[in-house]
Amino acid sequence: MAIDATEVPDLVERMPAFPQGVTKVLDLASRPDCAPKALVQVIEHDPVMTMKVLKLVNSAYFGLSRPINSINHGVVYVGINTIKNLALSIAAIGMLPKSNKAGLDMNQFLAHSLGVASVAKLLATHLGVPDKDATDFFVAGLLHDFGKVVLAQFKPEVFRLCLDQAAEQQRSLHEVELESQGISHDEIGGRLAEVWKLPPSLAHAIHHHHHPERGPEDDGEGMCEAVFAANQIVRSLGFGDAGNPVIAEFPPLVSERFGTDLSGLMSILGDLSGEMEKARLFTQL
Amino acid sequence: MHFKFWGVRGSIPAPGPQTVHYGGNTTCIEVRGDNNELLILDGGTGIFPLGQSLIPEFPLKLHIFITHTHWDHIQGLPMFLPIFIPGNEVTIHGAADPITQRDIGEVLARQMEYAYFPVREAELNASMRYLNIQEGQSVQVGGVNVRSMLLNHPVLNFGYRVECGGKVFVFTGDHEWPFNIYNEDDPDYADYQQMVDEQCSRVVEFFRDADVLVIDTAYTDAEYPSRKGWGHGTFGSSIEAAREAGVRRVFLTHHEPTRSDAALELAFDEARSSHDVGRERDPQFDLAREGVLIEI
Repeated sequence: MAIDATEVPDLVERMPAFPQGVTKVLDLASRPDCAPKALVQVIEHDPVMTMKVLKLVNSAYFGLSRPINSINHGVVYVGINTIKNLALSIAAIGMLPKSNKAGLDMNQFLAHSLGVASVAKLLATHLGVPDKDATDFFVAGLLHDFGKVVLAQFKPEVFRLCLDQAAEQQRSLHEVELESQGISHDEIGGRLAEVWKLPPSLAHAIHHHHHPERGPEDDGEGMCEAVFAANQIVRSLGFGDAGNPVIAEFPPLVSERFGTDLSGLMSILGDLSGEMEKARLFTQL
Repeated sequence: MHFKFWGVRGSIPAPGPQTVHYGGNTTCIEVRGDNNELLILDGGTGIFPLGQSLIPEFPLKLHIFITHTHWDHIQGLPMFLPIFIPGNEVTIHGAADPITQRDIGEVLARQMEYAYFPVREAELNASMRYLNIQEGQSVQVGGVNVRSMLLNHPVLNFGYRVECGGKVFVFTGDHEWPFNIYNEDDPDYADYQQMVDEQCSRVVEFFRDADVLVIDTAYTDAEYPSRKGWGHGTFGSSIEAAREAGVRRVFLTHHEPTRSDAALELAFDEARSSHDVGRERDPQFDLAREGVLIEI
């Protein structure tokens, strides 16, 4: 059963955010003394809210002269109250159910996304990316599997078959998806990012996170390779689960970027339990 | 080009003997191009007397630029006489609502719904046109060019830079200078500060070399800390920005509704003194006052 990518943006418009984000936004917004930075923190740890806020601030509505990569950047341009009301309007849609017919555990998914976000940011620093751009790597990590939320929400039956098949055959989920539905989650997420005019480097990192070599050469200081690497690292750590049973070795482009392979990079990064614990905090209600 | 203040009060009308000198109507500025093009910036309650004054010119074409849709900037629109008269052509420019995805026309039509006003928008006799503004967009009205820029307020607010015959008039609408939402010891502080600094520079560039800048100056420097985040500027921030932008003449506006004429002048005097206004190359600073017409 094929997926029609052109219908995805409209579907996502009506898609709710994660229960953790929704609950916290409603709580914060009900407090008159709500600190803007607390609100930003909640939004930037929810893939759906982040995607939708970036979609809005990069839309023709604002016609801003350059793409906006982060929630903070959006706040500076359009003001905290507009961002807050946008988050509230997303919260009003409801919450993503913790479990779905696809069998994708949304808590585990969120943990995986947050883990990849945190490690991608660490890798940015490791690559010498300036601090102000390292946040963009976090966003790319957070959103890299966005296509899976879309599939779990809107094509649960076919996505369930993909998840089951990938698990049984120990194959990469995106390859199974491509075979059975004609499009994989990385492309769905990437296309959404493109349609919604998110920064090109972010769209590429989402689109090509399983195949960085297929992205354009100038992909934003190694963002795509960092997301690829972070994805494997977080899976190696067994932190969270987004349905892909395979830990891939680094392709040449990624090895070159980091000057080492997966196990080498993990040794360099050292103990990540503190980072993972911080990420886990945001998966709690 | 010339302009006239029809409303300079912020938040809510403040009529009465205590405010009669500077005026009690909320924001509305009439701007005329060299060929008498009529542009109106904001439709606060000041637009009502402006509408009456326009009767001799009917039928007329006019453009209203809404900085933002908070009450004090749109409240007079339903009572603006030209919209009821056949033959008039009224174009309203403003920001769409990004939260509800409503166009500026829909946002404004709501204040004329049954519960709020007896005449529905659909019943207006003038030819009405509504156009959504985007940041950086330029609109040409005859020989007048209007460029927009998003400024910081708790709703989308466009500042407008109006140029005609080589003269430049800038109006901020409501604007608070962006500030850092992080504490100095937060990891995000430095990056955020950089973005704030960049945005402030962009705003100053938007004001650059204006012949006249009309700028939101709601608060005294002392009042500001307890009103931070409310979306308004201060005497201090307006004075410093105008200096930095090399503006020639500045009108401070959005007077607090609770501030009497005497209190307003006192606050202005204190600010001039504490910011050493009057140094060489300083712009000329004045309080915006209802009824005053300025030739640029």
